[in-house]
Order: sequence, then structure tokens, then C-alpha cells
Amino acid sequence: MALFNQSRSNIIRLIFLGIFFIILVQLLNLQVISGKYEQLAMDNAVFPKVRYPDRGIIFDRKNRAILNNTIMYDLVVTPNESKHTDTFSLCDILGIDTTEYRKRMLEARFKNGPYRPSIFEDLLTPELHARLDENIWKFPGFALVERPVRVYPFNAAAHILGYIGEADSSIIKRSRGFYRMGDYVGRSGLESYYESVLMGQRGVQYMIKDNRNRLVGSYENGRRDTAAIAGRNLRTYIDMDLQQLAEKLINNKVGAIVALDPKTGGILAMASGPNYDPNSLTGPNKQKNYGQLTLDVAGPLLNRAIQGNYEPGSTFKPLGALVALDEGVITPSYGYPCGGRYFGCGHGKPACTHSNPGHAANLTLAIANSCNSYFVQVYRNAVDNPEFRGVKKGYEKWREYLNAFGLGQRTGVDLTSEAPGLIPDTSRYNTIYRGSWNSCTNLTLGIGQDMMNATPLQLANAMCIVANKGFYYTPHFVQQIDGQSASDTLLNKFKQKHEVLTRISDDAYEAVHRGMQQVIDGTSSRAKIPGINVCGKTGTAEKFRIIQGKRIKLDDNSVFVCFAPRENPQIALAVIVENSGFGNTWAAPIAGLMMERYLKDSLPAERLKEVDRIAGSSLLPSYIPYLQYIEDSARAQNWLNRYKDSSAIRKFNRERTRPPFPRSKEGKTRHAFVVPDPKLFMNKNILA
Amino acid sequence: MSQRNPAISKGVDWVLIWLYLALVAIGLLSIFSVTYREGENVIQSFIGFKTDYSKQFYFFIGSIILGLFILLTDSKFFTATANIWYAVGIFMLLLVFPFHTEVKGTESIIRLGGFNLQPAEMCKIFVNLALAKYLSRVETDFTAPRSHLIASAIILAPAAITIAQKETGLALVFFAFFLVMFREGFPAGYLIIGFSVGVLVVATLLVDKFILALVLSAIAVTMIYLMRKQIKRRRRLLLSVAVVWGLSIITIVFVVPFLFTKVLQKHQVERIFSLIGKENPYARLNTVEGEEPVATTKKDVDYNVRQSKIAIGSGGFSGKGLLKGTQTRFDFVPEQRTDFIFCTIGEGFGFLGSSLVLGIYLFLLLRIVNIAERQRSVFSRCYAYGVASVFFFHIAINVCMTIGLAPVIGIPLPFISYGGTSLLTFSTMLFILIRLDADRQMVLR
Repeated sequence: MALFNQSRSNIIRLIFLGIFFIILVQLLNLQVISGKYEQLAMDNAVFPKVRYPDRGIIFDRKNRAILNNTIMYDLVVTPNESKHTDTFSLCDILGIDTTEYRKRMLEARFKNGPYRPSIFEDLLTPELHARLDENIWKFPGFALVERPVRVYPFNAAAHILGYIGEADSSIIKRSRGFYRMGDYVGRSGLESYYESVLMGQRGVQYMIKDNRNRLVGSYENGRRDTAAIAGRNLRTYIDMDLQQLAEKLINNKVGAIVALDPKTGGILAMASGPNYDPNSLTGPNKQKNYGQLTLDVAGPLLNRAIQGNYEPGSTFKPLGALVALDEGVITPSYGYPCGGRYFGCGHGKPACTHSNPGHAANLTLAIANSCNSYFVQVYRNAVDNPEFRGVKKGYEKWREYLNAFGLGQRTGVDLTSEAPGLIPDTSRYNTIYRGSWNSCTNLTLGIGQDMMNATPLQLANAMCIVANKGFYYTPHFVQQIDGQSASDTLLNKFKQKHEVLTRISDDAYEAVHRGMQQVIDGTSSRAKIPGINVCGKTGTAEKFRIIQGKRIKLDDNSVFVCFAPRENPQIALAVIVENSGFGNTWAAPIAGLMMERYLKDSLPAERLKEVDRIAGSSLLPSYIPYLQYIEDSARAQNWLNRYKDSSAIRKFNRERTRPPFPRSKEGKTRHAFVVPDPKLFMNKNILA
Repeated sequence: MSQRNPAISKGVDWVLIWLYLALVAIGLLSIFSVTYREGENVIQSFIGFKTDYSKQFYFFIGSIILGLFILLTDSKFFTATANIWYAVGIFMLLLVFPFHTEVKGTESIIRLGGFNLQPAEMCKIFVNLALAKYLSRVETDFTAPRSHLIASAIILAPAAITIAQKETGLALVFFAFFLVMFREGFPAGYLIIGFSVGVLVVATLLVDKFILALVLSAIAVTMIYLMRKQIKRRRRLLLSVAVVWGLSIITIVFVVPFLFTKVLQKHQVERIFSLIGKENPYARLNTVEGEEPVATTKKDVDYNVRQSKIAIGSGGFSGKGLLKGTQTRFDFVPEQRTDFIFCTIGEGFGFLGSSLVLGIYLFLLLRIVNIAERQRSVFSRCYAYGVASVFFFHIAINVCMTIGLAPVIGIPLPFISYGGTSLLTFSTMLFILIRLDADRQMVLR
């Protein structure tokens, strides 16, 4: 019988061999052919721990750090090791109750699991850190972890320097995976524009993690690790003293101040009002502070120097003259018989402030007296230039000039989100007037009105062209990047000279300068500086705003542009103070103080009084508290509807509970949240 | 040893002993590489009985001592007592019902002092002896269906009890003994039928019920058409085709759903479906009311296999080296010192190491088959085939589940997996075989 079935032993052997062969093929497939498992195993067990470099430091022209790094501390907790913590005393130090403690503990567990540390309280204040550091032995499972934080030593230049924030999903997506969750990235200002320079290079430390994601040691003894390379520093043109003065002067006003060095295009100071304390967006409470800033209808986060659109008004007149001079349609001796109104188009508009004959007998006088009729006529001469055959071609040429001046398009300053201003093109006028328009239709362009809009930076830059007699450099903050090499192309465009006017003689420029100097010596004595020849031009622009569905005429904007000294221009300025009246009342004295501070490097005592007077005057338009009140009550109503809790109104009126970080003046913020005063709304005039 | 005690070593197959020692050594090394932590004093922990590799080492010593005792016994002892052992085994299996302790979902363990006793594991030896005894009886005529039934009953009785103890993996091992019966003349037809049923079940899982029923009906009609001449002569053929067709349909419509909702455990069903990469269609049916449907935990079900494949796959051609495997060192694969020990070898020593271990196993199996064929007694031959079948079943299922070719069935890898009972059981089986083989010149019948 044994022999009978002997052949079956071979079948059994074949079964064994067959199965082992199948196993071997699958092993070959898994281990040798398919390469994906090695990577999967790396993902499983190796954690690339990112080592963050220090961000670059930003210096002003006197080599003082104006944006620096500091270390703050986070309190982190590993939930499953914190069983024996003295909960009560920890809550006491942090000022929270045990419910909040348990809530945060749950959050930590939820976020990173029970075996990995998560942040319990971030960015501790120095006092809190000191108290915790002393008592940390009582809290097993808790630890203080260093965290680099940006700090603004001068508490100034918030709009210029910008701030950093965690990269959000859209940034991560756009960077194609370069940034990761939790990375900090420049979100505005220089922080954002020079992100690639300031950021430095991340290092990676490869760590082995176990099945519960705990880090247990370095991978391959750190052979594949890379070191973090610190970000490079920026050297800027900013004069921090001037910047601080500018911010002081624009305090409690809506407007902007821009000071340029005409020789290089370097920006010496740029202030926008209202502004905010940059340090309030770095330390603890940054979320809350940011929330308050965004809720403020006065728009403290808006950099009006590059984002505000203003009618240039009379400050445009010298530019209009330059265009006409370059085209050759006028000469410095060109005069216009103005009798108080412009009758060139038959309707007697616009009116002129002067009516005495001869006040526009030549270019110098016309600028000095700011004759509307004269510059309207100059504009019409330029666009109706027979050389171009037709107003549309002529206007297009005129617009090209202004674009070359940096008006009506972005100047290209090294800040993000710059507004282009507006010089309408012919198609726009064609649409509005159905194709039939001529130089009479938009004649007020000649005096900086009609649809013309410009940012304060553009006005200051245009002043540089006047001061430089025909050329400018694109305005910029950064003079130099430390460790600069040929591969750094960021600054190249700022080194390029823009020669926009070539056909104007020196005499013609002198005529313009003389007129502008007479402006200072004449009407605008408030910008006068003893011993220095200042050239300037005031402007006053009407302002309308739609409030509650009604178009309301607000007080005029006060505009002032200037440069000094006339012989060797070192500073060019544009100052705009919204709703404050004539150019001479507020904008001119501010410009005067700025120039004197810069050119003489200090201010005499009596001028300091003037600084205090201006700084102390609040010119916030009265519609702002009104709008704030409407917005807040609408939001409170919304809140009430949603949460059925009438105490919610207090959420919007509450002042900060903790002192701002870290060394702010006298512990109070300069821009407290605007709480509307009910008395304001008794006065019906603001809507009249 | 052979000089001092020539009586024991006489006729002993040293190749088996060397293979055995090699496998146990590989096992100790693998367990060591999973559980060793930096800074441990190796010698101290080997002696200390604290760590798993130390425990396994002492189990190995115990196995050797037990093996020596077996070698000292008379081989007639096993033939004489085979049925008694079988009775003891069944009794112990039944004893589990009142005295079991629940460990990890199984109800097959009796806790005795500090040791976990798993009668189902040891029953493999007893079934093997009893089956060999039955097949080797003079009065057994293994061509008669009656003897087929009895032999099957010997195998399936403990398997049924084990299934009742929720230890399906171990119960399946008993089916390996059909290979022994096959060798002894069990008609291949039965195995083909069994295989066909298996194919049908798998097809039911993979293909839609109605399509499958249509396909089967089409096959039946074609068969009838092709065999129309024979059918004219013999009416019974038509009947048998109809019966087969009817049984298949019943299997598809009733048996498989019954099997998957009532017989098998939830997690086993999930493992099977996760292997073939489909959602479990019976998830709602075998969910207890108020519990979450099992389908939502699909990720956990194939977590083991995924991690195990990653560990083995990341080993590459030559492996990461001893103690260098990140997956096995940091516990990414659950149960890796017991059922998933093959991952450690795959990751640490790569394709080369895995092939070497598989080669040793294959050599062992073929060696046992050769030994079986050289026996003069039917008892010894059957026993040897039993050993080969059980080993083969364990190795094939265990390795296949770690590389994703078989559903996860918790059975250990012989001699390598951590576990005292399994090491003792496998050693005992092997040493009895060596003892029987040493006496191959004697005719035991």
C-alpha cells in the first residue's frame, strides 16, 4: 500500500516548492522591485525636525537695529506626564480656572496626542516667565521652550517694517510646499517684500520617532542633518529719528508723510496716520490686538503713504509745467492774462484765487501765485499740441509723461500692496463721454483734479524729479543687503536712473524752482526754515465720502509737497492731512519741521513746542467715531441675534487686560480702540 | 554527547537537529533585535528571565530537556499511547470551557500558576499521533469511505472545539492533516471538491451574486449540451449536473452569507475583506445593535499588514542590519515578536536573509518528507507527514500574512516566534519524529 501512493509524495513536494516559490516572488516584489516601501518606512520612523534660522535684522541709516529678534518662552505640556502637577498653583500663576486648565489639556491631547508636547500658553510675558521658571519643578510634564520673536526696539515704523505671521494654506500652496504648517512668513511691509533674504535657510535635523510619535534619538547619528543659516540683514535709508518725528506729527490725524532722498530715491521716513504699535502684533495678545486693529474703521493697518488715493490738487502744477516745457509748447516766459476766472472754454471755470492782472505773467509768477487759469491753459496747450494732430493722441502723450513720472502706475517701491493711483486713459474718457471729448472736457486735470489720483509716495517721488531737474530713482527703503552677491537681483531695479525729461533747459528748471521758492516765501511761511532755501507747493483738495448712502462733502484735504535745499536738494517731501483745510494750515508746518529736523539734525526749543502743538492736535474726522458706532452696534446686534447674549456689546468696548508687549511707552497704547462718545451724535452738523 | 550516551544518539538524524538549532538561534536573534533596548547588559538580561529573549532562551533549554527525555523513551511508547493522548487532548480542550481565562479575545487559554496553557496548541501532537495510529492499523482499509469519515472525524473534532473557543487560526491548522490522508490514499476527488468549494466562496466574495449565478447556470447548460449523448444513455448524469448546480447556487446565496455573519468573527471577516481589498458587504449584518459598523475601522484592520509590508519592503535586497531596522525597533508592527516576527528578519536582513530563512524551512520540510518516505512503518510515515504538514501550514500562512498574501490568522512561525507553548509543541513534535526515525529499522506497523 505504501508503494501504491508513493507518487503522491512528489505531489506534496511540489506543493511545498510551489508555495515557497510564490512567497519568494512576493518577497522579491516587496523588497527589490517595488521601491516605495523604503520611503514609507522613512515617513513612518524618521521625523525631519526643522531648525529655524534667525530672521535677518533691519538697520536704519545710522546702523541702529530697528527690527530685531528676541527670545520669548512658550509653556508646553506633555499631557500623559502631567498627572502629578500642582494644578491649583499653576492656574493661580496663569490666572485661569481649573475648567480652562482642563479644556486646554484636552486641546493639547487632541492636537498632538498624549505623548508629544503641545503649547499650553504661548509667548509668556517676562514676569509670567520669571514666575513659572521659579516654580516649574512643581509642574511635571510642563516645560518652558524658547521661541524666537520679532521685536521693534523703537516701537515705530509699523507700516514700513510689517509683521510676520504663520503661513496659511494659500501661501503654502503657492510656495509649492516650500513653506510648511507652522512656518512664519512675512505678511506685510519689508518683512514680506524681502522674505527671501530675511528668512535665511532652514536646517533639518533627522530624528527617529517611535510608533507613538515620540522622538527617541537622532537618525544615523546626525550624518544627514543640515544646519540652519541665519537670514541676512538689511541696511535701509530710514532715519529713525525722522521717522519717529513723522509718526508723532501724524498722530491722531488721518494722512501720510513721505520723505525721500532725491539723489538716491531712498526713503528717509514714511508715516501713515492713524498707525499702530508694531510690537502689539508680536507678543502675547497679538491675535486680540490684530482683531481690534481690523475692527477700527479709521484703518490703522492701512499704509496711506502707498495705498491712499488723493487728489494732488495744486501740488500738481509744477509737474504740468514740466510736461509742457519738455514738449516745447511753453517757455518760462509764457504768460496768461488771468482775470480771476478761466474763460478759455467759455463757461468761466475754474475760478482763480487771484484776480489782479499780471499775477500769471510768467511761469515763475504763475507757480508762486498758483494761478488756476494759467495751468489749465498750459494743460490744454500740451494736449492740443498740433504736433500730435488731435486731442486724443496729445492726451495719450501727456499721460505717458505722467506715467514716466511714476504717476498713475505703481512706482515699484519695495513694499507689497502698493496702490497705482489714477491717471485715466483715453478709453476711460471715451466711455464716459461716448467718444466726444476735448481738452475743455477734462481741463481741471491741469490743476490736479478731475479724475486724477496719486499716492503720497508718488507725489514725493514727483517732487524728486523737479528737484533733480529731470530724473529720479525708484523710491526704496533698502540700501544694501548684507553679504550681497551678484545673484541678488532684488535691488537692481533701484539702481537704475530714470531720465524722464531731457529737453528742458536749466533756466526753465530754475524758473520753476524760483516759483516754488516764492511759494514758501509768500503764502506758505509756515514751512520756512531760516537759512535754507525751500521749494514747495501747497494744495487743497475737495473731499467727498459716501456715508450712510449720502454723498457728503467733507473738509478739504491739506496737501503739501516740497524739497530743500533748492541749490542741492537733499530731501523731498509729500504731506497729506485729511479733512484739515488749506495746505498751509497743517501739511506745510509738518513738512517744515521734518525738513529742519533732517537738514539741521536737531530742532531748537521753540520748534519743539510747535511739534508738541501739532502732535497734540487731534484732527480725526468726526465721521470716524460715527461710523465706528454704527459698525459696532451692527456687530453687537448681530452677535446678540446669534448668541442671545446682550453682554456681548462689552466685547467690543473692552480695553486690553494685559500690558502690551514688551517695552511700550508708559504701558498704554497710543491707539486705543475708539469708543464712540454719545455726545458726538447729538450734533447734527456732521451729516449736514 | 554521542560518546557518552551512544544509546540515545544511535540512528538520530543530525541534519534535523542542526536545522532545529539554526532556526531557534534565528528566532532568539530576532526576538532580541525587537526587544533589546540600548544600554541593557545583554548577558545579565539573558540570565535574568526578565526580557522576552531571555524567557525564550529558557523555553529553549526546557525544550532541549524535554527532547532528551523523548529520545530516551522507547518509540513503541508513542504507538501504544497515541489514543490515550488523543483522549487526554480532547478532555483538556473541553476543560477549557469552564476554566478559561480571556486573553486578547481568545477563550482557549487556561492559566496555571504563571503559565498560560493552550490545549489547542498541544492537541496538534495528539491528533498527529492518533491519526497515524488509526491509519496504521492493520484492520484499516483506507479505500473505504467509512475509514475516510473516521479519519476526518479524528481531525475535525478538536478543530470544531477550537472554533468554539474563538481560536479559528489554530483550528485551521488541523486541516493540514488532510495532506497526510492524501498521502495515504485519500481520494483526490474529495480534495478537488473541497478546493472547488473554496474557489466558489472566494468567487462569491469577489463577484456579484447574480452574475456568478448566471455564469454557473451558463456552465451547467453548456455541460448538458456537450454531454447530451451520454445523458441520453444515462439519465443520472443530468441529475448530478443539476444537483451540483443547485448546491453551488445554495452556497452562493445562503451558505456564504451565513458563514460570514454567523460563523466567523467580525475581525476575521474584516481581515479577509481587507486582503482582497473590498468593503465588507456584511458589515451591517454582523454588527451588534448600538455598536459602530465595523467598516469604519477599516484602517485599523489593515494597519498590521500595511506596517508589516512596509517593514519587510524597506529591508531592500540586503537589509538594514541587526538592530538597525527602524520599523521593528520602534514597534510600528503590532505583535511583531510573536506572529509578525518575520518582519524583523525581512527588515534587518533583507531579501537575502529572508530567502535564507525560507531556504532553511524548505530544506527542513523536504528533509522530513524524505525521512517519511524512508520509514518502514506506516505509523512513522504518517506521523512524519503530519509533522511536515503542520510545519508547512504554519510557515506558509504566517509568512503569507506578513507579506499580504493571506488574511491575518494569528498562528506562530515555528521555532522563531516568541512563545513558550508553541516552541515546546514544535520541539516535541520534531523530537518524537527523530525518535521514531531513529528506530526506523524496527517495524512498528
